Amino acid sequence: MIEHVIRWLQTTRGSGVILILLLLGLWQFSALYIMDTPTWPPVTRIFTAWYENVADGTLVKHLLATFWRQMLGYFLAVALGISVGVAIGYYRILYNLLEPLIEVFRPIPGPAYLPVLVLFVGIGHEMKVVLIMVASLFPILLNTYGGVRAIDPVQFDTARTLGLTTLQTLREVVLPAASPQILTGMRISLAISLILAILSEMIVSNDGLGYFTLLAERTFKVPDMYAGIFTLALFGYVLNRLFLIGESRLIRWHQESSGRG
Amino acid sequence: MAGYLSVERLSKQFSAYGRVACKDVSFAVGEKEFIALVGPSGCGKSTLLHIAAGLSAPTAGAVRLRGERVTEPRPEMMYVFQQYTKSIFPWKTVLDNVCLGIKYRSHSSRKEIEAAARAQLHVVGLAAYADYHPYQLSGGMQQRVAIARALARRPEILLMDEPFSALDAMMRVELQDLLLELWRELGLTVVFVTHDLDEALYLAQRIVLLSASPGSVAEILDVPLPYPRNQVETRRQPIYLELRAHLYNAIVRQVLAGRAEAA
Repeated sequence: MIEHVIRWLQTTRGSGVILILLLLGLWQFSALYIMDTPTWPPVTRIFTAWYENVADGTLVKHLLATFWRQMLGYFLAVALGISVGVAIGYYRILYNLLEPLIEVFRPIPGPAYLPVLVLFVGIGHEMKVVLIMVASLFPILLNTYGGVRAIDPVQFDTARTLGLTTLQTLREVVLPAASPQILTGMRISLAISLILAILSEMIVSNDGLGYFTLLAERTFKVPDMYAGIFTLALFGYVLNRLFLIGESRLIRWHQESSGRG
Repeated sequence: MAGYLSVERLSKQFSAYGRVACKDVSFAVGEKEFIALVGPSGCGKSTLLHIAAGLSAPTAGAVRLRGERVTEPRPEMMYVFQQYTKSIFPWKTVLDNVCLGIKYRSHSSRKEIEAAARAQLHVVGLAAYADYHPYQLSGGMQQRVAIARALARRPEILLMDEPFSALDAMMRVELQDLLLELWRELGLTVVFVTHDLDEALYLAQRIVLLSASPGSVAEILDVPLPYPRNQVETRRQPIYLELRAHLYNAIVRQVLAGRAEAA
């Protein structure tokens, strides 16, 4: 019996799920019987608020607004980051030209671009998209660069003996060879893009989950605020999961071969 | 020096004051000949092959194919690398690896290209593994993929850089016999770099022995053993044993001379 329990604890994450349920129970109990204050509503009331906001379409609307601007900024960063990363990984001249510039901009935390962007791009949709893009750019760019630089010379030699042109080598060798690192950068940036989307919505916006959550807090609809945060947690989780599924499809060869070695 | 494939007074120094890999190396390879390049480690035999393939440039001298200077990889010559785990692209299936060498240069349909690649896989005994990924294959099988990919391009010459040195003994023996069979059937010319004297003797018609670093030609040796060769019979012929002893002594002399010079 005890062995079975230990085995279950070792082989599944069921205990983690139980812990979450226990914490929610504790929350419910404390809100009902210990801390009777509007800032700490019972979980049941949060779920009711969540359900109402989903049912009347409010949360769906704000979720889609966040999703849309996040994806726009993110994929712009992916396109730019991979292109520049491959280019500077490939051509030493471009690396020497751009690397100092990248080093200057890279340490600036993403949110610090916001005031400048407000001055130049305004407070609309474009500003948020550009902010998300700028903040998501560097992890993708630098990981792509690292991935391209780490390609073994034998692989370039092989491409040459097979008579591949530069573009064919890029497609058949460079991008697939660097794809594990590129995807690592893309996963880091996916989280960053959500953070920046929410942040920009909290500062200047009239839609999106960031806007919804902050507005709920400011209008004392505390259950709505928690509902917004729960939605964000779920949204972030699903995004990451989908990314991992896509990643393992794309680079199964890498995961399998390194898992064996 | 005229000939089919010739290496003419080739030298390679890695940087202006850097190590000299090989110095004033000359030899010629006849059409359809099987030649092995042996020498103590660090004598620049792999560097030499890399230059012969047009993958890097010599500091002095030239490699000529039918009198024409080789300055970049040529379709008539295919290079087989020692590091098959890198040279066989792990993200492609076996079939796609073989297709890669032919799909951009032929105007055939995808189907015809795949058929040609499958035929080539059949020749090296991998017909059943076309849809596998390299990580699912043994080292010997991966090197067979490399050979199939090279042959799919219908080269005249194979340049092989210690292709079997990372394999275990049984697989090495199997691939040696496969290579000899392909060489005879397809009328290939093979330049085979190895540090294994037995492998060189078993495979080649002629052996070029390079001296210790910087490598230059110490001796060129005929191997008058008949084909088809046999892993057991060939290796116990008196000529084989005699040549082996001779080569062994010669290479030991080279190593000792190299050390004396370094000291």
